Order: sequence, then C-alpha cells, then structure tokens
Amino acid sequence: MLIKSIFGGKSEVTGSSTKKCPVVLMTRIRLARNLADIPFPGWAKAAHREEVLGTCLPAVASLAQMKRGITAELGDLSELEKQILVERHLISRELSSTPDQAGVVISKDQSVSVMINEEDHMRIQVIKSGYRFKQAWNAINGLDSELENTLPFAFSNKLGFLTACPTNVGTGMRASAMMHLPALVISSQMEKVVRAVNQLGIAVRGLFGEGSDASGSIFQISNQTTLGESEEEIIKRLSAVLKTIIDQEMNAREKILEKDCNKLYDKIGRAYGILQNSHLLTSSECMNLASLVRFGVDLEMFPEKTRNVVDGIFIECQPGHIQYHATETIESSKRDAFRAQYMRELFENVEKPIYSLKKSDGSDEGKDAEQEDTK
Amino acid sequence: MAKPLKCDLCDSQATVHLTQIVNNQIHKIDLCESCAEAKGITDPNGYSLADLLVKPPANEEVSEPAGSLVCSKCGYTQREFKKTGRVGCPSCYEAFSGLIRPALETMHKGENHRGKVPLKAMERRSYEDRLNELELDLKTAIEEEQYEDAAKFRDEIIELKKSLAAQEIE
Ligand SMILES: [Zn+2]
Ligand SMILES: [Zn+2]
Repeated sequence: MLIKSIFGGKSEVTGSSTKKCPVVLMTRIRLARNLADIPFPGWAKAAHREEVLGTCLPAVASLAQMKRGITAELGDLSELEKQILVERHLISRELSSTPDQAGVVISKDQSVSVMINEEDHMRIQVIKSGYRFKQAWNAINGLDSELENTLPFAFSNKLGFLTACPTNVGTGMRASAMMHLPALVISSQMEKVVRAVNQLGIAVRGLFGEGSDASGSIFQISNQTTLGESEEEIIKRLSAVLKTIIDQEMNAREKILEKDCNKLYDKIGRAYGILQNSHLLTSSECMNLASLVRFGVDLEMFPEKTRNVVDGIFIECQPGHIQYHATETIESSKRDAFRAQYMRELFENVEKPIYSLKKSDGSDEGKDAEQEDTK
Repeated sequence: MAKPLKCDLCDSQATVHLTQIVNNQIHKIDLCESCAEAKGITDPNGYSLADLLVKPPANEEVSEPAGSLVCSKCGYTQREFKKTGRVGCPSCYEAFSGLIRPALETMHKGENHRGKVPLKAMERRSYEDRLNELELDLKTAIEEEQYEDAAKFRDEIIELKKSLAAQEIE
C-alpha cells in the first residue's frame, strides 16, 4: 500500500525534472527541531516518545504541503518499505532501525519528509533536484514557521534551536548538494579537493561507498557548523564552495578531452556496452557505469533524455529497489542477474554514443550558480 | 589502491575514510563498513566527524569524575554525556554548560546563535515572563495588604492565562 504510493506518483528525485544540470544532481536541506521541556528521543522514556509522536505526527500531516502524502509509524512498515525509503533519501538508516514510537510524513511529490523521534524530535527535510538552495531554503523555512505556530520548539536566545547533539545546535541546519564529479575522480584530483574544502568547514563524502573512489563518482558536500552564522550565511558559504568545485570539475573535463580523449571514449563506450550486454551487475559496478553514461550525456554523446534514465538508475539499482522490482524475494546473487537484465532492458533503446570531440561547456551551470548567489 | 588500514574501532579492514578540518583542526577517521554503519555514517543525511569525536574511543574506560553533574530536569548525567556526546533534554544545555560551551567553540563558527528566531516561541516566552512578574506583584500586594492593586494584578493574570491558552489551541 505504502510502496504503491511511493512508486505511483511523481518523485522530485527520480522524476524527469527540467531542472537537471550537469554537476549538481540534487540539493537538500534539513532542520533539526525539538519540543520544549521534553527529553530528546535518545533519552526519553516510551511515554514521552509516544507523546512527541502523538503531537508531531498529526501537526505535520495536517500541513498543506503534506496533502495526500504518506503518514506512517515506522513499526507499521515492512523491512523492504523502510529500505526503499532509505534508498530514496526519505528516511535515515538510524530511523529505520528504531521502529518504536517513530514516524515519518512524506509529501506526495516526495520533496518533503519529516522524521519524528529520530535523533531529534523532528528532522524536517526538503529535497530539490538540481542546484536550488534558494528554493529549498524558502520551502523549508515556510514549513518550519508553520510548524512553529502550533508546536512549542526548544529554543535559547544564546544557543538557538536546542538539539540532542551539540554539533547541530543553533540553526539545526544541514544543507547539502549531491555532486557528480567523474572528471575529478578520473584525474585523481578528488583527494585534493576534499582537503581544500574541509579547510573551510565543509564536509565531503561519497554517497555510495567510501572516500575519494565513491561508486558513481557522486559526492555529498555539506556544512559542518551550525552555530555562529545565519542560515543564509551558511548557504552562501556552501554555495561559494560548490561553485569552485563545479569550476574544477569543468576544467578537469576539458583537460581530459584535450589530452586523453580516446581513454575517455573507451571508458564511456565500454560502459554502454556492458550496460547493454552484461548478465551480472553489482550495484556498485552499476553506479560506476551509469556515472560514465551521465558524463557522456554532458558531452552530448548521448541524447539529453538519457540523463533521466541514468539519474533514475542511481536510485533504482540499489538493493531494495531491485528487490521490489523483482516482485518475488530473491537472494543477492540473483539480484545481480536481475539488475543486469533490468539494465539491458533500459539500455536496449539507448542509441550508440557519438564519438566526436565536444568540449564540455560549463557556462550554463556557471550562470545558474551566479543567479543563486545574487538572488 | 590505498594501503589497507585498520578500523579505528575494531580490527577489521577500514573501507570508510574520512577527513575533515574544522577550524584548522584535522580530524581523521578510518572505519570498517559495519562500524561506519553502527555510527550512522552510511546515513546520507550527513553526519559530522565532530559528532564522532566528542565521543571517546570505544575501548577507553569512561571514568566518572567526583562531583559529576546531573540535569535536574531529566536526570541525565555528565557520565552519560561523555559517553554519547549527546544531551538528554533542552535543559541539559544549562546543566552541562561548563562542558558544552568550550566544545561548541571548537565545533562551530561562533558561540552565539545568529540564525532564525521562532517568533511564536519568543512570544510565548515573553508572556510567561510577564506572568511570573505579575504573580510576584500579586504576592507582594497581598503581603502589603494593597488589596485594590492585588485585584488588578489578579485580573491581568487571568487575561494573560486566557490568551496563553488560546495560543495553545490555535
Ligand atoms: Zn570496525
Ligand atoms: Zn536534561
């Protein structure tokens, strides 16, 4: 029932949005909020957690933005449903493993989700596809203000919003961008970038897997500090860093095309060949191949519509989604076969790549970044 | 391939490598997949290394210093705070302020909140402050046998309580 509504509707993350851009796949902001005078979920007794759930769940579900959305207590969800929500970034792993007196409300378009009784009483999250911090902040700021009308939030004049962990106190905000950085990975520059960015109090981590060789070359870049700056200042600082990373990625792409264009064509061509013909694919290999095809789309080697196919794969080739699409329970070795079959079907009608040197053009994205800043 | 590293928390091979520099302090951590998951690092919502670092390493004994603090509101102890790096309730920030303040300084860009202020919460607080003030005035007036003043204060308290109640229903 829940799963049907997740796959039935349009989704901000997997839907074919017009706001796609070459480097930034999606933008996300979350706010940590707690009710005054009630212990935080990790320390609260069952009765208090029950009270928080009973207060917050209906308050959130009644927001206009949540109309015809999903409201659920974690205990009522199956393991597979929880896994799928995790893979779609709608709930955290932490929430999925603490089912008692915990809940989630998800908007119909899956761009808003509110977790209840995770580490904090509430974790409000807004996801936007592409590079859209301004819109994400406006949306979440509005939601937060509406909730604040009915729920008494724990707030101190000096320390701001009070949170279970002191690392979130103040704004309670974590803003992040999911970036696709294949050229920086191919040219082994990611470690350098991570080091430089870390110095600015910004964290970089692979989205799927470890360190600088994260599968799919997808990285999440987010602010680390929440106290001492306003939300706008944090976002501005983060945006400046993102812009620099975009420039670096674009430079790296240009260099690869100039120096090593056969090597790149070889990688992308092979990726296409494997996706069309393989019979066993792990999710990690699948991400890496999809990443190369996405790079090919940016270089206009594949038609633009292929971008949506690829961005969908980043979500849909994860284990829970494969299990769901397989309709019957399958073990992980069979999952690889199923995944390969699914890719063969998806890529059956994707045309052969065009191998003619096309300089990657970062000017469009640069403009977008500019607008974000000056708006 | 990077050289295989051991997990900081157990002896398995570390596959998750994290480096962060916050306020010029380098934090490095290497974890195996299961420890990373246990620490919530696989959570795409983001985590913070500072988060992990306010906790002592797992193998280190958490010693209870003499005269350790307890939050009078929720019963959370200093020992618990040191163990988890989390606090128990909003009031803990005051109960453990001697411990938290210095940590905040190294963790964040500043010590004072400069972001959004929740208007309703502020409004509610100023109502509550006014209520406390009036109750004190009422007590003094009764003690001083100023019954006319006392009646005035009492009426004002009733009004204020009504509007507070109205806010909560809203
Ligand atoms: Zn370990
Ligand atoms: Zn407390």
